[in-house]
Amino acid sequence: MLPFMEREIVDKHAWINRAEFLDLVAVSQAAPGIFAVNMAIFTGYKLKGFWGSFWATLGATLPSFLIILAIAVFFQNYQDNPTVIRIFKGVRPAVVALIAVPVLRLAKAAKISYKTVWIPVLCALLVWAGHVSPVYIVLMAGLGGWLYSRRKEAR
Amino acid sequence: MIYLQLFWTFLKIGLFNFGGGYAMISFIQNEVVYKHAWLTTAQFTDIVAVSQVTPGPVGINMATYAGFSAAGDAWGALIATTAVCLPSFILMILISKYFLKYQHTHCVESTFAGLRPAVVGLIAAAALVLCNAENFVDYKSVLLFAGAFLAVWKLKAGPVWVLAVSAGMGYLCY
Repeated sequence: MLPFMEREIVDKHAWINRAEFLDLVAVSQAAPGIFAVNMAIFTGYKLKGFWGSFWATLGATLPSFLIILAIAVFFQNYQDNPTVIRIFKGVRPAVVALIAVPVLRLAKAAKISYKTVWIPVLCALLVWAGHVSPVYIVLMAGLGGWLYSRRKEAR
Repeated sequence: MIYLQLFWTFLKIGLFNFGGGYAMISFIQNEVVYKHAWLTTAQFTDIVAVSQVTPGPVGINMATYAGFSAAGDAWGALIATTAVCLPSFILMILISKYFLKYQHTHCVESTFAGLRPAVVGLIAAAALVLCNAENFVDYKSVLLFAGAFLAVWKLKAGPVWVLAVSAGMGYLCY
């Protein structure tokens, strides 16, 4: 997605320069929500204010919305079809694998060590076994990170 | 009133989802499957599968599909998708308007240092929640999981390939 955006926004249309683009990527990743949508909102706002943002967001979401809607309506009519049932029986365990691998990759990228491994383990247990809402996990983790750095500074 | 509940649910997800599409799975699962029981785990897993292989932002795909399935019509899809974008829309405009170069401030950096390991835990929870009897019906499911895991981990196979092959295997094996 990212190289495609860079080509369109920076190279083809020259709406923003490359340095601004990198800032934009950093802010869009840091802000909550969906990365591609954040990029669209920011680029649109920079060019044409509120309505620029509005139309860019519509452009970033509408194709997905329509495609998924068509697929959803299609599957609604075929959910009892024996072929569809067989296909999804095979797909479901693979979906779990698709989610499990990024856990290991992100653990590496976030530099999780034996000292900090309790944080992801505790968060996973709270959500999985304790049914705690991820909203509270995000609030606690953000607050924890902030307090920890303040304490370190105070010393 | 399912539309109001959908709107509020996806507004929360849009506001608190730090950590991208995979972390968002655990947010949607917690709300849509556990809290409101709008969908079963198997139905939700199918939505994740379709969202992964459809072009476009995975978060939008999941919100649209989950909204459609929860309400049973296109209004649900529209409300969920709008609600998930709304917090970003307001926040990103505020950020660009007031030129908050907030990603370089110390306060934000330390907050994110705390968030990063938690996001790893959230994605792990999403995978664990989906490991149930609805998704793993027999030993063949376990073999399919192992094969897909190795393909993604070792061969760096993309989601479209992995899900296409596992769909074919499902058709042949069941």
